[in-house]
Amino acid sequence: MTRSEQRTVSTEQRTNKSDTASESQVTIERSNTVPPVEGAPDGVITLKDLEVFYSDFRAVTNVNMSFGSREITALIGPSGCGKSTVLRCLNRMNDLVPGARVEGAVAYHGVDIYGEDVDVIEVRRRIGMVFQKPNPFPKSIYDNVAYGPRVTGMKVSDMDNVVERALRGAALWDEVKDKLKQNAFGLSGGQQQRLCIARAIATSPEVILMDEPCSALDPIATAKIEDLMVELASTYTIIIVTHNMQQAARVSQRTGFFTAEADDKGQRTGRLVEFDTTEHIFGNPSDARTEAYITGRFG
Amino acid sequence: MSTKTRDGGRPDSGGHPVAWEGPPVDLTAQSPRIGEKIIKAVLVSAAALSVLVTVGIVASLFAPVAEFFTHVSLGEFLFGTEWTALFGDKFNWDDKSWGVLPLVTATLMITLISLVVAVPFGLGAAIYLSEYASPRVRKIFKPILEILAGVPTVVYGFLALTVITPILKPLLGIEGIYSMISPGIVMGFMIVPTIASLSEDAMSAVPLALRQGSYALGANRMQTTIRVVFPAALSGIVAAIVLGISRAIGETMIVAIAAGNMPLFTADPLKGAQTMTGFIAQAASGDTPQGSPSYYALFAIGALLFVMTLLINMISIRLVRKYRQAY
Ligand SMILES: Nc1ncnc2c1ncn2[C@@H]1O[C@H](COP(=O)(O)OP(=O)(O)O)[C@@H](O)[C@H]1O
Ligand SMILES: [Mg+2]
Repeated sequence: MTRSEQRTVSTEQRTNKSDTASESQVTIERSNTVPPVEGAPDGVITLKDLEVFYSDFRAVTNVNMSFGSREITALIGPSGCGKSTVLRCLNRMNDLVPGARVEGAVAYHGVDIYGEDVDVIEVRRRIGMVFQKPNPFPKSIYDNVAYGPRVTGMKVSDMDNVVERALRGAALWDEVKDKLKQNAFGLSGGQQQRLCIARAIATSPEVILMDEPCSALDPIATAKIEDLMVELASTYTIIIVTHNMQQAARVSQRTGFFTAEADDKGQRTGRLVEFDTTEHIFGNPSDARTEAYITGRFG
Repeated sequence: MSTKTRDGGRPDSGGHPVAWEGPPVDLTAQSPRIGEKIIKAVLVSAAALSVLVTVGIVASLFAPVAEFFTHVSLGEFLFGTEWTALFGDKFNWDDKSWGVLPLVTATLMITLISLVVAVPFGLGAAIYLSEYASPRVRKIFKPILEILAGVPTVVYGFLALTVITPILKPLLGIEGIYSMISPGIVMGFMIVPTIASLSEDAMSAVPLALRQGSYALGANRMQTTIRVVFPAALSGIVAAIVLGISRAIGETMIVAIAAGNMPLFTADPLKGAQTMTGFIAQAASGDTPQGSPSYYALFAIGALLFVMTLLINMISIRLVRKYRQAY
């Protein structure tokens, strides 16, 4: 997958194209507010000075963080602080938002996914996404799961097998194996969300992004998805946005806390306040704002 | 749960509050609310009136149609291949042929030609506007489409006769000035805006979340449109096409002007042939005395048109139900 002309994001050398990309060599300078990510020196995805605008509005700025392989990283913070915005940058879903502009770099194995020669389809095949509200297609369960492999032209010798493995991976197989040809809308909300997870893993991604995947679900369905996330983390790198702090504490190894504070012009721009192990964030946060948030005194 | 009861046979309240023992609350209406009753009466009569008018139309067709079929057998009417209603003696039933098939085939042929034109162009326009065009372009084109849908059909008729036919004549070798293909093509362009506008509505109503789900799986825009948006909007698209068919079958001016007045039982679209509506226009505008055979024939054809449109609508309701997606 290494194309020699692809840019590396070895930040200082970004202009030096002769430096052939060796994907894992991602060095980033960290801003003072963000301590180095222990145990994840070469994250699967690394954000370098990420800044996102919607037209003139600067939604987030100065985000530097790295997502460890086969870990669950949670992004928390009050609503409107830019969690979804950051998440959408990770597989270029912001491309679909008219007026959205991304500055800085999103390095996937050292390659900037916003680089010139990058094919967005390749990015999204490797970095899948699950949305807030389950959004199965109005198709059969089988066709929902087979959708990704079909549209990305994956060479699949046995689609039945791909579908079964994805559904097993999403802990849904036993519930739907007898009704694969039925419309996905017949499933319950929790089953639909697991179907969306199955759909995402059918393209064998490395990373799965989840934007508040449980916020439309009841507590039992939520518990199932949480169990599933923990299980999936042995295979996939998971980045989850959640406003449920217990959920972040239960499932994640690392947590990033965002907040948006108004600047002198009254613009509210989201920033990463603190990024550390989940244990640290919830047990002994360094920043007073993090502490205030997780103890429920603000946000 | 104990089923033990107390005062008045109420079940034991368990952990719930006991029965209310204070004075009763008055929950009856505090004013007569006359305005609401008047509004309801007006709305009910509006609904009743529209049903009554429809029933009235059907009923008024009934007597002349019954009279028609005392002179012409149903079999001759439906299966006869010659229609000479306006030939010969005005008041004689027996010197004419009453086979409606030439009119029906001409109607269906022209409708088919119009669909061959209108469906690809209409759906193409709908897909472009809904999935590809920028909001600005859409804002400009959508109203234009809707205005086009309101152009008087006589304009299209003359377009067919004076522009399209002369162009097609040397290309296809049309003899004379009438043909089915020319009004068919023009009628297709007439219903493009209807199909495009309604299909665009249906496609725009497909939730953004479905498109996002598709893009997130690595689909491109065309794949998302064809595989997700289009099927999700299918019921609305089918409804749009059916409305287009209904308009084509009922369209009168274009065919009266450009298809000619000659009933002809043929499958050759290069020939001119009178349609059902074409006959109605000709007979109703010529001197057709009340009570004459062709006067009754008008009603018979009208009734047949009515039945055909009814059938199409019933089929479309079934199709729309079949493809309806609750998203
Ligand atoms: N598509 C968009 N267009 C314009 N502004 C947006 C858009 N999406 C989000 N924003 C703005 O960006 C900021 C961050 O939003 P978001 O990322 O959704 O926050 P969060 O997910 O943390 O609630 C908010 O002020 C929001 O209004
Ligand atoms: Mg959000």
